[in-house]
Amino acid sequence: MVNYIIDHLKELESEAIFVIREIASQFENPALLFSGGKDSIILTHLAKKAFYPAKIPFPLIHIDTGHNFPETIKFRDDLVNGLGVNLIVGLVQESIDKGLVKEETGVDASRNSLQIATLLETLEVNKIDGAMGGARRDEEKARAKERFFSHRDEFGQWDPKNQRPELWNLFNGRKNYGEHFRIFPISNWTEMDVWEYIKLEKIELPSLYFSHQRECIIRDNIILANSNFIQLKDNEEVKKLTVRFRTCGDMPITGAVESKANNIDDIIKEVATTRTTERGGRADDKRAETAMEDRKKQGYF
Amino acid sequence: MNRNKKELLRFTTAGSVDDGKSTLIGRLLYDSKSIFQDQLDAVERTSKNKGFDYVDLSLLTDGLRSEREQGITIDVAYRYFATPKRKFIIADTPGHIQYTRNMVTGASTANLAIILIDARKGMLEQTHRHSFIASLLGIPHAIVCINKMDLVNYDKKVYDKIVSDFKAFSSKLEVRDVQFIPISALNGDNVVNRSKNMTWYEGSTLLYHLENVHISSDYNQIDCRFPVQTVIRPHTKEHQDYRGFAGRIDGGIFKVGDKIKTLPTGFTSKIKSICSHNTELNEAYTPMSVNIVLEDEIDISRGDMIVRENNIPNVSQDIELLVTWMNQNPLASRKKVIIKHTTNECVGLVRELKYKIDINTLHRIENVESIQMNDIARISIRTSKPLFFDSYKKNRRTGSLILIDEQTNETIGAGMIINK
Repeated sequence: MVNYIIDHLKELESEAIFVIREIASQFENPALLFSGGKDSIILTHLAKKAFYPAKIPFPLIHIDTGHNFPETIKFRDDLVNGLGVNLIVGLVQESIDKGLVKEETGVDASRNSLQIATLLETLEVNKIDGAMGGARRDEEKARAKERFFSHRDEFGQWDPKNQRPELWNLFNGRKNYGEHFRIFPISNWTEMDVWEYIKLEKIELPSLYFSHQRECIIRDNIILANSNFIQLKDNEEVKKLTVRFRTCGDMPITGAVESKANNIDDIIKEVATTRTTERGGRADDKRAETAMEDRKKQGYF
Repeated sequence: MNRNKKELLRFTTAGSVDDGKSTLIGRLLYDSKSIFQDQLDAVERTSKNKGFDYVDLSLLTDGLRSEREQGITIDVAYRYFATPKRKFIIADTPGHIQYTRNMVTGASTANLAIILIDARKGMLEQTHRHSFIASLLGIPHAIVCINKMDLVNYDKKVYDKIVSDFKAFSSKLEVRDVQFIPISALNGDNVVNRSKNMTWYEGSTLLYHLENVHISSDYNQIDCRFPVQTVIRPHTKEHQDYRGFAGRIDGGIFKVGDKIKTLPTGFTSKIKSICSHNTELNEAYTPMSVNIVLEDEIDISRGDMIVRENNIPNVSQDIELLVTWMNQNPLASRKKVIIKHTTNECVGLVRELKYKIDINTLHRIENVESIQMNDIARISIRTSKPLFFDSYKKNRRTGSLILIDEQTNETIGAGMIINK
């Protein structure tokens, strides 16, 4: 008899597609939060598979801090055109101009936490009641406890102590007026699963993820890309290094790793032997022990 | 490089502060190289700041601010590790009675339960509780780890006594496959590497069991069940007449050409094609997400179920179930609730509270007036429309449902159907 068992990547894919279809069925106005990072690229790929041969039946939302890598924006536009989906862009600059938020000052200034206001406003203006994102539970310890269907109150806040129990494959997306959900279809994937899936499905990625030469600054042991958005401290100098990025956030806060890995196989080898977490290079997580939980409670991704 | 094909095993660990659960998980993650240096650095730093003279591995899993403050696990934490053979998802849950609902949540999707027993203490009330929950939630495999063997001089007699006590107790339960392993999570005996201190133990290590336990028959691959999630109609020139029923297979193996029946409508047809994205498949099985296209144009929508013509589930509005109550507000008879079952949703009326189960002794408590948070009870429900279900024992997916509060929309109960 044939062995009727599916391997881990196909099982994870199947679970994610199930969740994405639940989102489309349970919410009136769902959307996919697209950051340009590999996780949201995978999520978009899964959404395409979930509804094929029809188009993805919801828009992509990108919160543009204005501090993105230029490669990210180009990649986003090409992807959206290829899929024929609607793209909604929320601009952090607009939130600043309207006086909703104030730009941080100092050399470590970042627009990372400013995005929260823009995100919540974009969701509200577009009446989004179910926003799916590419967050994974292995990324960070507060995320390890988040549900697939994560309930947010009318202020967009997460209440970790009062999460709904989530049993079997029964997802409860019911809510009162004004509340919304954040949903994470690839919750159970690890960084390694993501790379193996990218290889299996031959998914295209922005060039940032592969080894390249770049002008960099080393700050607090993190390699940052030099750009107009970053202010040099007195003792810092710009160096040319061979690097790649493991995550893809704003230019001033996304750490690179020195790497010669310029193809998927080499990256998988590197991920298998590396001894630090992906977000180990993210300055935004290093502000406090519970920095991620604190931002999530306010409405972060 | 060849593709590395692995099976996925989900397991649950229940335990309380002192039984070494966090140490065991820490050991599995550490020895399988799934803890990263920066995570370890952070845990070491925090342990030092708190004045501990050891590295508190529970800080890896207890991520929420309030958990760190109180030094306890409140919620289910999911952890991941992989070996060349399998990928593992650990649902790590608190073991105290007040967190029964969290244990049930973690157990609901698990293939395997690890039950920890402190060798010095033997069987405790909480061992009964954890074993009962594993049995109730239909977890097919259990591994009983007799831990802290180093503190009883690795004595075989201590181990043998606990094994026979457990066997006597578990004869009342329904766990198909139970293994016993003497370990020391702290020193790593029989966790990943074989113990040199217990040469009398001839079985395999914990990790070996986790990697090799036979899980391919955990899903029901006999009774075909396909709850429809959504209907895919592209309306494009290329796919003008395409009508794909999208869903995830909850039971059985569907093949192209199979004669099927739709519920509740009762129409019959044949499977014309099964697709996963742009690939046509000859057959698909649990738990694959696919589109099914039928030969005939039949009206099917979300909540309907496609089954094989000659193998039909129960169709009824009267449901008997065991329920775990998950809300501060108690459940009383005549309460109206919303029910979610497969992709179906309807209103349900709680008709009768039959009895509660004392989860430490397994005794029935009759004549109950209300059911409190963390209680497990047998109740009956009348639904506003027929559900298509199997007993939970036969199929965990089509035999489970959740109860939702009409006003707050919270998930308030987890139900396991016991109708024959």
